[in-house]
Amino acid sequence: MCDNIHDLTEAYDTYRKQLIDANLLIPSGVQGVYGLSGDFEGVIEAFERFVTKSGSPFNPEVMRFPPVFNRNTYLATDHIETMPDLMGSVHSFDGDSRAHMQMVHKKEQAEDWTSELSPSNVMLVPAACYPLYPTAADTVLPEEGRLVDLRTFVFRHEPSPDPARMQIFRQREYVRLGTAEQTLEHRNYWLNKGQEMLSAIGLVVSSELANDPFFGRGGRVMAATQQEQELKFEIVAEIASGEKLTAISSSNCHLDHFGSEFNIRTQDGNFAHSACIGFGLERITLALFKKHGFNIDKWPSSVKNILEL
Amino acid sequence: MAVENIVRIRDLLTTHGRLSLDVASLSDDSDLYQAGLTSLATVGLMLSLEDGFDVEFPDSMLSRKTFGSIESIAEAIEELLE
Repeated sequence: MCDNIHDLTEAYDTYRKQLIDANLLIPSGVQGVYGLSGDFEGVIEAFERFVTKSGSPFNPEVMRFPPVFNRNTYLATDHIETMPDLMGSVHSFDGDSRAHMQMVHKKEQAEDWTSELSPSNVMLVPAACYPLYPTAADTVLPEEGRLVDLRTFVFRHEPSPDPARMQIFRQREYVRLGTAEQTLEHRNYWLNKGQEMLSAIGLVVSSELANDPFFGRGGRVMAATQQEQELKFEIVAEIASGEKLTAISSSNCHLDHFGSEFNIRTQDGNFAHSACIGFGLERITLALFKKHGFNIDKWPSSVKNILEL
Repeated sequence: MAVENIVRIRDLLTTHGRLSLDVASLSDDSDLYQAGLTSLATVGLMLSLEDGFDVEFPDSMLSRKTFGSIESIAEAIEELLE
């Protein structure tokens, strides 16, 4: 067990160092927060074009939300109840001159200056679909439901030496709002399509039944329930470690979880179901560099053709 | 199954289950999920059962099936009390 953890940490450190030495990742001094080189960003842009092309036959509504959202929307979900350790809250200073002086004094004395801050009206976004739901709140979906194309930076407070476990990263998603049948079909279609797309760009992928990282002992019950209901599947590939594969995409059913939280209804009066495919853009890029090497010019031509690189 | 265990389970279910139905209207083998037991409420119920009976559910018992009915909860508790 100790050997495995040691090997895994070594695998993370090795790949991370290689990426930094190649100037693909720019370290910030904080685990899981990196600047990205132009080449790295170029691969993300290329993959996003591939996603757009793959989804265009379905004519999705496109929405682009920023990486912070209304704190009240956050509270309407059960993120605090289920994944409190991952949240990111924005706190700001709105004190007067006296409070300002106190804060500056604390900073100079290396004391806790953050005690002068108070919560703002925004939170960091935990998953790309969160800002979508309030826009559909208290509405009835059309007969065919809705399909929405989303992409945003999401934040998860999990600093790690694994270069593929970033605290802030981008998800590109297709979210389906509709009936149970419509959303299950969406989840299943994209689970398959996602694997096809990732295989087409040369990655060796497989799908696995998975669960969200629910917090604490109670979280284990929730994880077991989610797995038993086969709601979440991850598409995994090799990044830092060939022993422990990394989820680079996931396709999930939410049942009527968000529909009931935001009072989104289907034509029959029931709470709407939702489902989503999410592509982890930085992880997919890290997997591509791992598989094909750091020199994009030397990537297989079939891959470069599909990505138009 | 010991009657006093069933009674205590029903009490804890009333307080922590957040069901959409009256617990008294449920039989011992009624499906609790049909009665409105959510994943989140299952967690609160589980923790209250552990406190109430001074037991700890092992990972193998942390499944949907264990908390599916008053009967299945009682069976799990009695197994842990042995």
